[in-house]
Amino acid sequence: MSRSAHAALAHHFDDLGQQREAATLGMWLFLVTEVLFFGGLFTTYLVYRNWYPDAFVAASHELVIWAGTVNTAVLITSSLTMALAVRAAQTGDRRQLLILLVATMALGAAFLGIKAFEYYTEAVENHVPGSGFVFDAPYAQHAQLFFSLYFLMTGLHAVHMIIGLGIMSVMLWLSWRGTITKDYYNPVEIAGLYWHFVDIVWIFLFPLLYLIGRHAH
Amino acid sequence: MHTEHVVPKRVYYVIFAILMLCTYLTVQIAFFDLGPLNTIAALVIAVFKATLVVLFFMHVRYGTRLTGAVVLSSLLFLAILLALTMGDYLTRSLRAL
Repeated sequence: MSRSAHAALAHHFDDLGQQREAATLGMWLFLVTEVLFFGGLFTTYLVYRNWYPDAFVAASHELVIWAGTVNTAVLITSSLTMALAVRAAQTGDRRQLLILLVATMALGAAFLGIKAFEYYTEAVENHVPGSGFVFDAPYAQHAQLFFSLYFLMTGLHAVHMIIGLGIMSVMLWLSWRGTITKDYYNPVEIAGLYWHFVDIVWIFLFPLLYLIGRHAH
Repeated sequence: MHTEHVVPKRVYYVIFAILMLCTYLTVQIAFFDLGPLNTIAALVIAVFKATLVVLFFMHVRYGTRLTGAVVLSSLLFLAILLALTMGDYLTRSLRAL
């Protein structure tokens, strides 16, 4: 392989295929640590929800369900455009790749915009945990636990989205200047793995935070 | 050179449609009183959606066995975390007996 070494091939790999496999494996190992990072928060949620189910149902009702539902659809659509972007990179379609990366970033930004609207609504309704927290008796205290977890989990997710937008900006730059080619597309592929992972976290956050006990009122 | 698996666009569109349908379903089901089944239904749908994303969008279905093993290991570690923690919290009330 060394006779026809690709410019993007690092010296410690035999060929681009091996390099690509190593990059993919490395990203997956990182994602395993991310599963446990979020897993700790999901476990905390599970413990408190088991202890205070009624307060969690009452607090969950205060969330803006349409915003959560629209955001779920927005993120799933961004996963589609991301998957298609990776495909465009694989087939060497630079124009499609650029369009799909921009689309993915636009959807990610839309998600954050809707999330910001929700945070604003919750701040106005005094649902931000702390001395200014207001909630109907008898759940005032334990509803605060729900909102603490809500802000922590969705906030950490939003931080991941912002980092994802940063990564996509770099991908856009690499694609624009022609570094990403049919032979060397693994940066876009592993960026896609990260983006899809963040989508999966939301797939679990949405029903657990927004949909518990909706039938009760 | 390596040969890559380029997934047909149609597969991505079908997976996307199923994911959207599942989102609609999970919201609808939440408004019916099914008792404890509400949470189970929500989680089953979420796990199903996540599995589709992992297998098709994240290419694990087309990847190496090693990648598959790493993905499964995340579930193993998560299971240990949940099982040991809940094994403690859910059995605390038993001490009163």
